[in-house]
Amino acid sequence: MFKFFFKRLLVLVPVFFGVTLVAFGFIRALPGDPIEVLAGERGVSPERHAELMAQLGLDKPLWQQYFSYVGDVLQGDLGTSLITNRSVAEEFFELFPATAELAICAMLFAIIIGIPAGIVAAVKRGTLVDQGIMSLSLAGYSMPIFWWGLLLIILFSNTLNLTPVSGRLSFLFEVEPVTGFMLIDSLLSDEKGAFKSALHHLVLPTIVLGTIPLAVIARQTRSAMLEVLSEDYVRTAKAKGLSPLRVISVHALRNAMITVVTVIGLQVAVLLAGAILTETIFSWPGIGKWIIFSVFSRDYYAVQGGLLLIAACVMVVNLIVDLLYGLINPRIVH
Amino acid sequence: MALLEITNLTVEFATAHGSLRAVDQVSLSLDAGDIVAIVGESGSGKSVAMLALMGLLPWTATITADRMSFDGKDLLTMNPKQRRAIIGKDISMIFQEPMTSLNPCFNVEYQISEVLAQHFGGKRRSYKPRVIELLKKVGIPAPETRLKAYPHQLSGGMSQRVMIAMMIACEPKLLIADEPTTALDVTIQAQILELLVELQKANGMALVLITHDMAVVAETADRVVVQYAGQQVEQRSVIELFNNPRHPYTEALLSALPEYAKEKTLNAIPGVVPGQLDRPVGCLFNPRCEYAQDLCRQQPPQKSEGVLCHYPLPLKVASNSHSEVTL
Repeated sequence: MFKFFFKRLLVLVPVFFGVTLVAFGFIRALPGDPIEVLAGERGVSPERHAELMAQLGLDKPLWQQYFSYVGDVLQGDLGTSLITNRSVAEEFFELFPATAELAICAMLFAIIIGIPAGIVAAVKRGTLVDQGIMSLSLAGYSMPIFWWGLLLIILFSNTLNLTPVSGRLSFLFEVEPVTGFMLIDSLLSDEKGAFKSALHHLVLPTIVLGTIPLAVIARQTRSAMLEVLSEDYVRTAKAKGLSPLRVISVHALRNAMITVVTVIGLQVAVLLAGAILTETIFSWPGIGKWIIFSVFSRDYYAVQGGLLLIAACVMVVNLIVDLLYGLINPRIVH
Repeated sequence: MALLEITNLTVEFATAHGSLRAVDQVSLSLDAGDIVAIVGESGSGKSVAMLALMGLLPWTATITADRMSFDGKDLLTMNPKQRRAIIGKDISMIFQEPMTSLNPCFNVEYQISEVLAQHFGGKRRSYKPRVIELLKKVGIPAPETRLKAYPHQLSGGMSQRVMIAMMIACEPKLLIADEPTTALDVTIQAQILELLVELQKANGMALVLITHDMAVVAETADRVVVQYAGQQVEQRSVIELFNNPRHPYTEALLSALPEYAKEKTLNAIPGVVPGQLDRPVGCLFNPRCEYAQDLCRQQPPQKSEGVLCHYPLPLKVASNSHSEVTL
């Protein structure tokens, strides 16, 4: 177990340099710089521009900037936002619960519907049910998130008037942030109806963000189940006289889950990428929207820090997935 | 009344090239305590016939039979739930590949106690003493320490013992062993066969042994069914069959045994078992049969005296047969 963790920690070293280098390089490859963006249409004289760049330390050679940035990060300092002048870490963790809440709901939505759909498709292989589920999942997988979000808003918010268009909570309520998770905070507050409002606001973003993972999970569950259902031990389970439900849900599913859990872990990265679009469409005050804003304002430190922390989240989730393998599959011992 | 009665069982598979007849008009009658061996080359439909009896064939299979009854109950008309109450309890089956036939995600205790809880009710955990007893019965040393073992921690022979423990847990009246020793070492093979015969005697259950090992047949079975390309070509007692095979295929099978080889090379049967697309007209064995005549190439034979042949080999008269079994 200890050795396993140590090995995993070693992997962090190249990942750290990779992520910082990519984030550092890409944001600087974009035309313009923070000073130009701040100055806006008024523009700024070349002398003043050079002076301000020197103040921010952005006039030094790139390699020097990179190493001083990495040095700061290794000491726990992600830098200060060039726009808001607040610490990047502080801004990130303030917004993170909103994204986490949305991502968790979207993942639960994808898992709760995707796995049973995949199982049903595998068991009813070749029938209309199977073809229907697989066609839907292909459609879901190919759906551009922004367009899908707009379609749902038009249908549910405009035409049917069932759900709100944007935000996390109705303006009627004032909820004290305790955990940062609106569902929990609204329950903790005395405001009547706040929880219902928070739930209402979550529905559409959850569906939009969860659609692609749902499609992927359904397809992977189906193919994993098809493979497992033809295994000898499934025949043994049937030979024991067990009910089809037990054969499928206990003997086959447990083995199929090994593949499916991997896919779920990989989908977390997809989810965080999708969150950027979803949050923008629904004005969801989370990391995604913040990163987009930071990119547009060329807020170098915010973009670099944000991407690094998102990468860290993905790594943590992957570690959890690896540990879960051991629970599902007795052949794996860490 | 016979324990198991199968009359004219036929199994057809729907494939991309039309339907494939894997089992063709097979009949089998079995009393309590019988040991019957089914022999034949790969693809002769030995396993498929027994899987059809268990109801374990995939949905592409169509099963027809004039009669298929077990212990007085008609297996053809009963619903899946009624059949599941019999499968694993009164009829059970062990398979060829012990290493892949156990579920890799569950430990030994879980897999054995599950079948007990399924058929006798109650909590799985309450069957722990019974599981230990069963493991002892199948010859697993220190069974208490093996309860929590997972299949990947067991050897092939050990896995097959666990499989047997699982399948005799409910004291079945009929145990079908589908090539139970094929995947095992030669030394372990003998042990497993001994164990099966021992259990058969102790519990008085009927045993169907599917194999292509004639030595196994000679050692264990009372009666032999020889299958070729899905058809039963000969069915008789072991001693009669070994001393006086009536079907040319049986004779060829026996003379292919290393023990009968007179020269340095073994007597192989030329050609292969016909597949779906190259089934011959007339007798299915005619292209490989050294006695084949024109009639064999034109008309399928009818069964007479337990032999499916136009020209059965002659009956030997004086039978001081016992001494001739030399295996």
